[in-house]
Formats: sequence, C-alpha cells, structure tokens
Amino acid sequence: MYPSRFRYEAPRSLEEAIRLLHEGGDEAKIMAGGQSLVPLMKLRFASPELIVDINNVPGLDYHRADPDGTLRVGALCRHADLERSDLLKQAQPTMAAAAPLIADPLVRNRGTLVGSLCHADPQGDWASVVVALGGSVVARGPGGRRAIPAAEFVTGPFENALAHDEIAVEAVIPAPVGTRSGGYLKLERRVGDFATVGVAVALETSDGSVTRAGIALTGVGGSTIAATQAAAALMGGPLTPESIERAAEAAAEAAQPRSDHRGSAEYKRHMVRTFVVRLLSRDGASVGKAA
Amino acid sequence: MTALDEIKIGGLGASRKRVEDSRFIRGRGNYTDDIVLPGMLHMEILRSPLAHARIVSIDTSKAWQIPGVHLVLTGEMMATRNLAWMPTLSYDTQAVLATDKVRFQGQEVACVIADDPYIAKDACEAIEVEYEPLPVIVNPEQALAEAAPIIRDDKTGTTSNVIFNWEVGDAAGTESAFARADKISRLRLHYPRSHPSPIECCGSIADFNRATSKLTVYMTTQAPHIIRAAVALVAELPEHMIRIVSPDIGGGFGNKVPVYPGYVCSILASILLERPVKWIEDKTGNLISTGFARDIYLDGELALREDGKILAVRMHVDSDHGAFFSDAQPSKFKIGLLHSTFACYDVPVGHITARGTYTNKAPGGVAYRCSFRVTEAMFFQERMIHQAAIDLGMDAAEFRRINLVPDDAFPYRTPFGFLTDSGQYGKCLDVGLKAIGYEDFRKQQAQAKANGRLLGLGISTMTEPLGAGNSREYDILGIKMFDSAELKIHMTGKALLRTGSKSQGQGHETTWAQIVAHELGIPAEDVVVEEGDTDTAPFGMGTYASRSTPVAGAAVAMVSRKIRAKARKLAAHLLEVSEEDLEWELGRFYVRGAADRGVTITECALAAYTNMPDGMEPGLENTAYYDPPNLTWPFAVYIVTVEVDPATGVWDVLNMVAVDDCGVRINPMIVEGQIMGGLTEAYAMANMQFITFDAEGNCVGANYMDYLLPTAWETPGYELHSEVVTPSPHHPIGAKGIGECAAVGGPAAFVNAVMDAITDTGVRNIDMPLLPDRVWEAITKRRDVSGAPPVRTD
Repeated sequence: MYPSRFRYEAPRSLEEAIRLLHEGGDEAKIMAGGQSLVPLMKLRFASPELIVDINNVPGLDYHRADPDGTLRVGALCRHADLERSDLLKQAQPTMAAAAPLIADPLVRNRGTLVGSLCHADPQGDWASVVVALGGSVVARGPGGRRAIPAAEFVTGPFENALAHDEIAVEAVIPAPVGTRSGGYLKLERRVGDFATVGVAVALETSDGSVTRAGIALTGVGGSTIAATQAAAALMGGPLTPESIERAAEAAAEAAQPRSDHRGSAEYKRHMVRTFVVRLLSRDGASVGKAA
Repeated sequence: MTALDEIKIGGLGASRKRVEDSRFIRGRGNYTDDIVLPGMLHMEILRSPLAHARIVSIDTSKAWQIPGVHLVLTGEMMATRNLAWMPTLSYDTQAVLATDKVRFQGQEVACVIADDPYIAKDACEAIEVEYEPLPVIVNPEQALAEAAPIIRDDKTGTTSNVIFNWEVGDAAGTESAFARADKISRLRLHYPRSHPSPIECCGSIADFNRATSKLTVYMTTQAPHIIRAAVALVAELPEHMIRIVSPDIGGGFGNKVPVYPGYVCSILASILLERPVKWIEDKTGNLISTGFARDIYLDGELALREDGKILAVRMHVDSDHGAFFSDAQPSKFKIGLLHSTFACYDVPVGHITARGTYTNKAPGGVAYRCSFRVTEAMFFQERMIHQAAIDLGMDAAEFRRINLVPDDAFPYRTPFGFLTDSGQYGKCLDVGLKAIGYEDFRKQQAQAKANGRLLGLGISTMTEPLGAGNSREYDILGIKMFDSAELKIHMTGKALLRTGSKSQGQGHETTWAQIVAHELGIPAEDVVVEEGDTDTAPFGMGTYASRSTPVAGAAVAMVSRKIRAKARKLAAHLLEVSEEDLEWELGRFYVRGAADRGVTITECALAAYTNMPDGMEPGLENTAYYDPPNLTWPFAVYIVTVEVDPATGVWDVLNMVAVDDCGVRINPMIVEGQIMGGLTEAYAMANMQFITFDAEGNCVGANYMDYLLPTAWETPGYELHSEVVTPSPHHPIGAKGIGECAAVGGPAAFVNAVMDAITDTGVRNIDMPLLPDRVWEAITKRRDVSGAPPVRTD
C-alpha cells in the first residue's frame, strides 16, 4: 500500500490553510483525522497532489454549547471526544447514541465529525445524525464565512458543497425549541464495519406534541437520505402507534437501497422500517419520556 | 535426594509462559519485512484487473523510463527462462506471470524492481496492458455448462473445465443400504470461499551472491525445506546452493504453504540484478491472489433406520479450485482428506464422489487451519447429523449418542478406510451437555418460544485426522511426510534443539523445550529452540495440518530418548556400575537400591565432553526422524446457544462450551489459546466471513473493509473443558494435534444453533455466513438460503 507522491503542508493558522488550498486548486485536500483519506490514498483511489494537514491549527478541537443551547463542534473535535462528552449525554440524545457506533475505537481516537461530514460517504453515520437534527456546516474561505445547511452540504456520494478553497471549520446543531429526544440505530456486520443500515431520529416536543422531527438514513442510497415525509408524519401531535407506523412506512419508502454483500434491498428497507419503529417506541426510551 | 518437580522445570503439563512472546509483544520480532540487506531493491507486482481476458499486448516502455527502476519483468521474459509457468503442489501448473491470458482478477501480470516500493508502484501503474475480455466463470455450475469457455486452454487437449473426478468407498454397498433405509435425510450445502488471512502477508527477500553462487531467500513459508526442493526444481539451481530462511512468521493458517509467483519473481530478479530483492505483498494482494480455502458444494444423504441408527452415508461434492489446481495436499488424494468425514460415527458403509473444476478465481484450496479439507468434511457431517435428527424427530444429542463410535471399538476402521486410534466420545458429550445445562436450556427454549423469542442450541461432535503422515500413505510431491529433531546438549547441560517444523505463532520455542524437559529433566528455560533455516535445521515437512506436535513433537521426544540412552552409558561410567543397574528418574540416573548414588543429566553432559569412557564417541548430540505409525485423532464436542431476533435476523451467542480431548497436553495454556483462536475463526466463518465474486469475477472481500475478521467486541466468550484425556496410543508422549480442532468443528455448532432456533419454519439450511439478512430471509420467506453468498444485484 504505497500512495502516489504528494506534497505535505502543516499550516499553523486557518488563513495559511486557506491560502494553501487556494493555491493548490482542485488537487489539494484537507486532512483532519485522516481516517478515510489516508486509506484511500494508500489504495490509490485518491491521489491528491497537496495535503493540507490542519492538526497544527489551534482552537479547532472544541465542542461546546452556546448559552441558548446551540451546539458547535470544531473541525478537530475527535469522535472519541464526543463519545465521552457529558454535554452530549445531557442534551444531545441522537448524537450521544451515534458517537459510540462510529467505526471502531482506533478510528474514533483520530477521526472527526466535521471530516466525516466533508467525506460525504453514503455510509457515514454523522451526516445522517446532523441532517436529522437540522444542523449546518460553517465554511471559511478567502471570501469569509458562510453556513451551509447539512441537508444541502452533502451533494452526492463523496461530494460536498465546499468550494476548493473553503475549509469546513465547524458543525452547528441548532438549539431545541422544545424537549429534545431521539436516537441512532445502526446495523453493522462487525464493529468498525460500515452501516448496512443506519437510522437517525431527532425529535423536539412541547406539551406532549411533536414540534420538530428529523429522520435521516445511512447506507441505503447514493448519499445520506433526509426522510422528510417520514418526519412530517410525526409532526403536530403526540407519538402514537399509528403515527410511528406511518413514519416507518414513509422512511422505508424514502430509502433507495441496493442489494449487495451486506444484504438485499428488501432486507435493508425492512431494517429502516424496523429501526424507525424501535427508535420511536423503545421501552423507556428518551422519546417516550420526553413526549 | 528428591526428584525434580516436572512442573517447576517447565515440563509436561506446565502452563509456561511463551518464551517467544517477550520479543513479539515488545515489537522485537524479526519478520521478513524487518530484514534489510545492503543494496536491497524492492519489487511490486502488477495484477490483472479482469478475471478472464486475453492479453493483446504489454507495453513496459514508460515504466522503464522512471528513474530508480532497475527491472521490469513480464511473462514473456519469464518464458525465455522457462519460468513463465511453475508446477503446483497438486501436479498442475500455475502461471508465474501471465503470458497468454489472465485467468483470475488479481493474477500476476508483471513486476517492477526499483530503488524503493513507491517507485516500483508508480512504475507498475505506468505499464500499459491491453486486454481482450473473455466470458467469466465464477462457480462450478458455470464451469460445467455446455459451451463454457475453456479456462485452461494452455494445456493441450483440454476440452472441459473439470480437473478431476474422484471417488472413495463402496458404491454398491451404499446403494443397498439406502434401499433398506426407513428414512433418507438429504441436505445441500455450500461451504463458502474463505481466506486464511494471516495478519502478516506473504513476502520474500531473495539474495543471490554471484561470488559464492549461493542463493539465500528469507521468506514467509510454513515449510522451508519443501520450498528449497521446489526452488531447486523450478529455478534449476543446485539444492546445496539454496538456503531458505523463515524468520518470525505473523500467522500462516495454511496460506504460507504454497509457492507463489512473487517468490519466484524476486528470486529471478535477484539472480539477474545480483542484488537483494525484497517483495512484500500488500493486504489486497494477499486476499485476492494467494491460497484461499473451502468453496465446495455438497449433496449429502444419510440412510437411517427408524430407531436412529445410521445405515450409510453418501456424498457428492463439487469443488471450485480457481484457475490453477494448486491445493496443498498429500499427493494420493484429490480432495484432501474429505473422506475422513463421519469418522467419529459408527457408519457401516459410505460412498463419496468428488468433482473438481476450474473457475476464473484465485487458485488455492489450502488447508486453512485444518488437515486437508477436513474442515469441510466435519462441517458437512455435523450439518447432516443435525438435519437427520430433525428428520427422524429425534433429540440431536440422543441421535449422536446412538451413533458415536463406542470406547471399546478402537482402533476403529471408518467407512472410508481411516483407522481412528482412541477416544471416549460419549464421555466428552456428557461433559458438554452438563456444562451447557442441556435439559434446562430445552425448557427455557420452550418458554421463550411461547413469548415469541427464538432460542437455539447447536452441537458439533467430531474427530479429525491430524499429524500426517505415515509415510506409506502421505507424501507431498513424493516427499514422505515424516519430521525431524536435532538435539545438542552442551557440556554445561544447556541445550540447542532444532526441528523440521516451523512455528508461525504456535509457540514451538516454548512447547518443544517442555518435551525435552519432560524426557531429560533439563529445565525448559535451558533449551533454546531454532527452526526455519534450511542450512541448520534437520529436514522436515514444516508446520500445517496440526502435524507439529504429532510428528515433529514426537521426533523431539525420540531424539531426547536417544540422548538419554547415551547419557545412561555415561552415568554407568561415572558411577562405575553397569547400565542395567541404573534407574532413571526425571533428570537423574541412580543405582538401583541406592537412590543416593546418582548423577544428574547435567553431570552426564559434562562427562560427554570431559570424561567419557574409553571407546565412546565424545559429545552428546543426536538427530531423530519420526515417521508416525498413524494419524492422531483428537475428539471434540462444541455446543453453542443463541438467541435469534426474528425481526432483524441478528443472532447473538448466549453460551459456548468446548470439550476437547486432545490426549496429553504439553502446555495447557497454549492449548487453550489454540482452542480459543480456533473457536473465534469458527465464529467468524459462521457469522460474517466470506470471499465472493460478482458475475464479472470481481472479488468482493479484497480488503479488511469487506473481508471481516472478528474483533474482541463481537467475539463471544468460551467455556473450555479439559477433563477428558485419552492419550494417543502411538504418540511417544500421548499427545494429539489440537491447533485446528476448534476451527474445524466450531462452525457447525454455530450454524446448528441458529437452525435449531428456527426449526419451526421448516427451513433446512442457510449457507454460511449467517448474515442477518440471510437469517431474516429464511424466517420470513420460509425457504432455504443457499449457494455462494451471492452478490445479489437488483
């Protein structure tokens, strides 16, 4: 496993990193955790001419909540930081459920949430979680900052909305209006495997009524799927067996799975349905308690 | 004077810590890739992206122009030296570098030797190969179809893709037993293609020295002496000018028995360039081109009497060998020791037919952690037994008990001609059933069923033929399957032991020293063990098929006894008595009737160099070659309980019990480690592991993202039992092979447990691996899920 020749830069500021990207054009690539990029380079599926390693850029390894409850995750915040985060355990049930299911412990020590979003693997777990939560990605480029909604950030398999000289510096999860609940379920053949099927559910409820719902699917399409019809089926009232069933059906319909060595399309669709039902009606699950 | 405490000196039965681990866990092992020679160059292989295609042209000109490139080898160049093809271990030929066609994805097409591996890889990418694609065959059914393309058109006169038709047993007798049967139980199965997948891939460093004419090859081989012979024959070099060195090996599991094109190319490159050439395979190269395992289809039938007695067994198997028939197996047999199937059951008669086919897949058919094809034999057997019990409406444990070979029947002649040596099968089964709480579990299972939960229990009982050979029946390329040990006792009583086996993680450096300690009373820590260098080790057939302890281990005992015989003469001389007046206790001779008059083995060793009797040859060294009278036949009972989630098809292991009777245990801790490792591989095969191909012959399972090795997270816990010990009647210290039993017998226990959980569906079989989607399909569609795990595309 020997990658092609590449140039390596390790800037010490965001400005310098952006300048390097700008000069590097389409052939430059940001490296944060490197857990997807390095294997791709070793397999020569990717052969960037310039690697801009941002690990020396200070001040990007945070995740914190604003006073209003908005969650911000910096570009160098590792999966393991999120897995161990009390903040997530208290306020972000969907994220807290997903964090220990990302890849394996070794990858979690290096890989980053923002890097996972940028990599835009249809089987990436974080994209579904952030989409379900209605989150966004903050990009910095020569022209300044802009926020891109997560649902628009992933534009296709392994494609994102960043310009070649933009860096995703932060993922943002908006503050909940009501009480937040939800979860993430993932079927994998083995720890560290990509998802055969993953489902993220994020709800906000006020006075027993669902005021915001997000459902997103991993591994059952060309990119992360926002199951908006499914989410809509839950809105405006309490969770009932009927509304859960409608949401599960709609989510299964939104899935576009393909049969492969992980399972048949029919099975994957069935698993989407099963996971939506389980997430919304688990015994004593946070969903029930919050409602 | 009190006798030595055998456990304290690290003798038989001591769970001594492995001496090799000190360097392994400190990162101080010396693997092939750790070796750096002055002036060494690096080789990379260009592999075929297509599974079946005619080579129209190969243009290497751009590769030659890259600075740092020293040599670009193609099949055409190999052919000028008669090296484009090489013989396999099954009397076929295999392309070293493709000349006419490529026959599987990943086949070696060219290689580049350069200053470093990065340059070599760049240059491989600069080679332009024009292919003309041909129709692809990925399974025996396609291979046998009318008008199927002939894969091996290189062999003149080849008119089909059939490699062999082979049979064993009594066709007529079996036929008449089936005619008398009350019931016939049938099962169709596929044992999917898997890969031994050692963590260290294959590699070699060839170092040809023009000045001395000597070729030294450091390489990852489980059988260095066989490689030396093969190199002598293939490269036409004189054998005394070839030195093969196997340094530390990071796992073999059968994958490092065959000769691979990379070895041959690195050797030729070193001869041409007169510089050392290193080739280190990458993980994908290892998974897609080197010796795979299994990939075999069964049609099995059991003739049964109403009361549960098995009257006869009949099997037909179709095996998929890939593009070249390069199975590593004793030459008398075409499908290994598959006919060891049903060896633990008292079956009067049986008949097996086997048909091998070429396909456009990687060659191999190695014995992955088993005696040759024994894993398939025992898996088929135990799946058939499970289904037969259901078809008879009998309890699975009771059905086994009725048919197991009774203790007083040994030595027992199996329906296919093996002679099993010993065992206490019923006792092992009792221990296993008690440990799992059989009766209680059946009650729990019934209660759970009432609540819509699916619990299951699977049993696998088996004996297997380990430790080839005897030389009458077992040889590889004509070389008889004996093994050897050489023991040198230094004058201070310390010792150097060398054997013809080659550890790849089995712990020979620890275990062999314990046998010496047991035989001579020399503390194990005073015995250093060396293996793997053909210039120093005695000739041996290497380590695979659980043959080290049964054969080389026996040779260690025998050479120790030769040493003891000479030490006895020295002791008689020192004590001034006749040999007949001496008694032996561990580590010491003493005068019969005067126990305080004695000399230790250390004193005898000193005398061998300083005070030998007149006329005695000095020194205390010897060599033993051991040709076992029979195979050793360990017995095992594996019992698994599972819970299956009917909504998802996901299944979890609740408990697993393993009862292994492998005779006398030399180092119980190492034996337990072997069993746990084997059970884990069994779990992997049952649960997640396979290499498959799409219709174009693209390999799915070409890296560790797709070919799954279980981690500590999902691997279940195991309860091991060692209370039943039936010493081998013919092995010098009563030991039997154990390294592979659990990987051989384990898979059926897991599968039987899941099948037991869903018996009510009427589904007879789900082929491995039992991935959740396949289990769910069986439950919801109430149909068998069969065949090579297909890459089903919509």
